[in-house]
Amino acid sequence: MLKTINCTINGKVMELQVDVRESLLDMLRNRLHLTGTKQGCGVGECGACAVLIDGQTLDSCIYLAVWADGKDVVTIEGLTGTDGSLSDLQQNFVDKGAIQCGFCTPGFVVSATALLDKKPNPTKAEIRRGLSGNLCRCTGYTKILDAVEATAEQRRNK
Amino acid sequence: MEHKVIGKSVERWDAIAKVTGRANYTGDIPQKELLYGKICRAKIAHGRVKNMDISEALKVPGVVKILTPDDVPEISFPTAGHPYSLDPKFADVADRRILTRNVRLYGDEIAAVIAESELAAEIAVSKIKVEYEEYEFYLTPEEALKEGAVEIHEGTKNIIADTTLEIGDLDSGFKEADIIIEDICATPIVQHCQMENQIAYAYKDVDNRWVCVSSTQIPHIVRRVLGQAFGMPWGRFRVIKPFIGGGFGNKQDIVVEPLAVAMSMAVGGKAVMLDLHREEVFAWTRVRHAISYKIKMGFTNDGIITALDIDAISNNGAYASHGHSIVSKGSGIVTAIYKVPNYRYRGRTVYTNTAAAGAMRAYGTPQITYALETFMNKFSIMTGIDQFELRAKNFTKVNDENPVLHMTQHSMSLRECLDKGRQIFNWDEKRKSIDESKDSDFVRGLGMAAFAYTSGAYPKTMEIAGCRLVLNQDGSIKMMMGATEIGQGADTVFSQMVADTVGIPFEWVIADAVTDTDIAPFDTGAYASRQTFVSGMAVKKAAVELKEKILEASYHFSKKTNKVTVDDMDIVDGNIIQKHDGQIIESLGDLALKTYYNMHEGHCLTADVSNRCTKNAYPYGVTLAEVEVDKKTGKVEVLSILNVHDSGKIINPLLASGQVEGGMAQGLGYGLSEELKYDEKTGKPLNNNLLDYKMPTFMDIPDLGVSFVEIDDPVGPYGNKSLGEPPLCSPAPALRNAIIDALGIYVKDIPVTPQKIIEALSENREV
Repeated sequence: MLKTINCTINGKVMELQVDVRESLLDMLRNRLHLTGTKQGCGVGECGACAVLIDGQTLDSCIYLAVWADGKDVVTIEGLTGTDGSLSDLQQNFVDKGAIQCGFCTPGFVVSATALLDKKPNPTKAEIRRGLSGNLCRCTGYTKILDAVEATAEQRRNK
Repeated sequence: MEHKVIGKSVERWDAIAKVTGRANYTGDIPQKELLYGKICRAKIAHGRVKNMDISEALKVPGVVKILTPDDVPEISFPTAGHPYSLDPKFADVADRRILTRNVRLYGDEIAAVIAESELAAEIAVSKIKVEYEEYEFYLTPEEALKEGAVEIHEGTKNIIADTTLEIGDLDSGFKEADIIIEDICATPIVQHCQMENQIAYAYKDVDNRWVCVSSTQIPHIVRRVLGQAFGMPWGRFRVIKPFIGGGFGNKQDIVVEPLAVAMSMAVGGKAVMLDLHREEVFAWTRVRHAISYKIKMGFTNDGIITALDIDAISNNGAYASHGHSIVSKGSGIVTAIYKVPNYRYRGRTVYTNTAAAGAMRAYGTPQITYALETFMNKFSIMTGIDQFELRAKNFTKVNDENPVLHMTQHSMSLRECLDKGRQIFNWDEKRKSIDESKDSDFVRGLGMAAFAYTSGAYPKTMEIAGCRLVLNQDGSIKMMMGATEIGQGADTVFSQMVADTVGIPFEWVIADAVTDTDIAPFDTGAYASRQTFVSGMAVKKAAVELKEKILEASYHFSKKTNKVTVDDMDIVDGNIIQKHDGQIIESLGDLALKTYYNMHEGHCLTADVSNRCTKNAYPYGVTLAEVEVDKKTGKVEVLSILNVHDSGKIINPLLASGQVEGGMAQGLGYGLSEELKYDEKTGKPLNNNLLDYKMPTFMDIPDLGVSFVEIDDPVGPYGNKSLGEPPLCSPAPALRNAIIDALGIYVKDIPVTPQKIIEALSENREV
């Protein structure tokens, strides 16, 4: 069964026809070709599909597309400047070496963006807890922590 | 030699694409009229499919076709990502069919549905009715080896191989010993958990050949195995690897590609995607071999090893995959780190009805290192000989020949690693503080472990790598590699090598996002930590050749006006200069234009190298760990952990420390929490998902200490030895040794879970 939803995706108002069984992740990837959002498990365990829904980090693989009706959705593509410029957090992921295979990276950037919005001065423990819904097998999380800490510090010093 | 780009933490070339979500992985590439494949998996652990009824499944709307074992070639093929062996004696075991009627593990692949949507394919799979003939199943080698066990593969007695290697005289070695320790220990089945699942799609191309786009570490080997699986000339297949979301050895095996191609063949060459679920990747791709060891080790009172007898039994699961090479590898690792004058190593590799075990980061070395380093620890506790000194006394030395691998060791800085580690970890201060602390429910302990590894697979297999360089019209250089970037940063490091050797800025080297077997030079791929060492040799050779050609061309075009000789020319920062006064002759861009467009002598400058490597170099390292154990709950907190590595020259320090941190985190999971478990009643995997399988999360990983002892290796192309796999070799034994130091009780096997700790405490097992 198809249903029409209205939502904002990366700042763009959209009217979309979606299958009521479809996940938001499938809608983003298959209908809108926003393939920066990845699927690592499909059941909300790994965080590779994290997106912002009304500012909250959620795993889009276990969020139905129809639930996005009336919502404001931001994906990794929406965190990058329209001119292609990186956010300060993205730049720190690059500078601190927080990226290896890169498959978890969009999800981490999304989750860490929301974390820093809520907690501009997080402790190490708060960063670890706040990002514990995102799994990474390449980095040992160390340089991701460095990137988030560096971003918070730079914002403090601005 | 002074380096301008090597040794610098340049930004990885693909970082911006990845951080913005623009990097395309296999599942991100749009296809017209894409069809979806799903595998019908057996619901028993061992037996035969007697009957299969697909009639109801075919009625599901959207289903295009269903493949059964009758619809695929009756050809058995090997799956290991090894180079092809010209000698049939050493060929990989060919025990795999695209689909099978013989069920060898719970979830074995007995049919496949092709449909217009994933959902339709899933529904159809659930409607396939299967009747089985069931056999007894075996989850451990011990069960599979018992008298009268049903053969999982006919004519094998469930043994893939049983080999014994002997050096010196074991009996006299034990006679010389003052102290002999005998014990057993075991390692678990664990899984790679790379974040991108196994995925491939296939289609018929415009030239009527078969293209398979796959998330693989080994494109050229996939092409060969597709040829073998279909009994077709290998050139009929083309394999393309886009960006890949990690592998760790899971994708050094041919798992999804033959079925993806078979499905496309069944629907007239339309594109068909096979995208495995996480649960499938866990249980039905590849895992790490669980190996159990029975070890007898003799020492003099001073702690010198006189004899070592190892009996290793390796659980290979239901299919041979990399098979016996994993347990075999351990034999030469022992003699790479310690001098063992009298030595016996028996390895048995056994079929069971569990997940097929294949390559996983460090290829058998975490297992043997665990066994060996728990024994060294035990001897140190028994005699009071200092942990560090005991190991150092037995280390091999530079110019020693490894008696198993018959390769000479050219550099060995493990003693320096121990000393550096001890100092920066504050080992002795920590020791004092722990010894002085009073007993309580929370106890602290220290542990360490050392390891050796190899750089590439020579002389176990041949080693060949390719690099093609093209001087572009503006002086930039296009670099084409057959080696595979899988997230580790290999392409960035290769680009650094080219830039450094030719004499241009790093940014002028153009790498490939895609490895395509039609285009990329031949290279066997990403495994054995071989790329900076083996492929690096090819890169260096090509870069030196291109530089010579550039200088000769510049000399040729300018000799009428410039008296400089080729010997007095160099390339610095992209300019061709006179060495004696540094004066710029011309920019590389100007020279390139002349070489391309000179009416009479125009030609494009290239270097195309295929290099055989006949060397190996042993990297070394050590882990030091401090833990705190809650005696009431058995919970372990890692207070601090440090890895110190001897990997020769470090090409890119930032990428290198990233490799070490990632490996340490995997080692931490290996030591403390990870294990794939099976239901003893049904043979079904119990925790094949990221919730129940305890891969470390952000909260489980403490601050990780990383340090290097950088001494150039004489055979490494730039003084470098391998680094990709080594970091996960030693954390598990170091953590286990720290836990028993804290508790004063004996824990034998990893993972050292809270449950095992509570059990050991309640039984008060002595060390």
